Amino acid sequence: MSVATGFTPLASALGGALIGLAAVLLMALHGRILGATGILSGLMRGGDGADWRLRAALVAGMIAAPVAIAALTGWHPDITIPVGRGAIVIGGLIVGIGVSFGGGCTSGHGVCGNARLSRRSMIATLCFMATAFVTVYVTRHLIGA
Amino acid sequence: MRLLTALLIGLVFGSGIAVSGMIDPAKVLNFFDIAGQWDPSLAFVMAGALAVAIPGYRIVLARRAPAYAPRFQLPETRRIDPALVGGSALFGIGWGIAGFCPGAALPALGTGIPDVVLFVAALLAGILAARGLKRLPRLSPTPPSA
Repeated sequence: MSVATGFTPLASALGGALIGLAAVLLMALHGRILGATGILSGLMRGGDGADWRLRAALVAGMIAAPVAIAALTGWHPDITIPVGRGAIVIGGLIVGIGVSFGGGCTSGHGVCGNARLSRRSMIATLCFMATAFVTVYVTRHLIGA
Repeated sequence: MRLLTALLIGLVFGSGIAVSGMIDPAKVLNFFDIAGQWDPSLAFVMAGALAVAIPGYRIVLARRAPAYAPRFQLPETRRIDPALVGGSALFGIGWGIAGFCPGAALPALGTGIPDVVLFVAALLAGILAARGLKRLPRLSPTPPSA
């Protein structure tokens, strides 16, 4: 199933700038890469107290964001999930395994790594973008057509 | 103060994910669907993020140390290995199947939508499974740098 979505260059660029700003602030204040994979992975590992609390605070802020936006402005972002529960579970498992071996995801490699001009991150980004394009082509036009 | 700044940074990041449209799997999957209902918006998310982060990092990393930590913690490995390429390729497949990446799913969790909870549970299970797989002697690990 596919759902039409509107082209939103301004909102998307503005949102992207906020993501970039968050990455720069985390580096400036705490000296860390803002990567969801690394943060979650460290959170699940437990470890030293102060480090764990920092990760927990970051994740709490992320989760609170849509709630805070709704409270302040009344705006709720559109979230439409155009795939079934099976795809959610299988996709989630594959994403978890993939980002663990790849050492990062869209935020860690895609934003932070590329912003540092890291060759590893550029290659990682090319790999995950390429397979995502191919996967959507296969699921929507070959299997799901 | 240290934790409060982290909370606020999480809020800024999550707001960016929400405002940009990355939070919406329909939009993410349409970005990857060039042959169908293509929505190029996500290219603008990446462009907006890099337009801030490239100069921002350059300024910040020229300093001696971050404000609340003794030093910058940057990934040291430079190896292009099968784990990086294969893991990233696998991630893209999962992203294309579900429409969520980890950084988009966490803010989406705040909406309480059951499918998002399910995705995050599966994501965490996948991270744990990878941790088990990495203990197998033939799979060389890449430390989660980012």
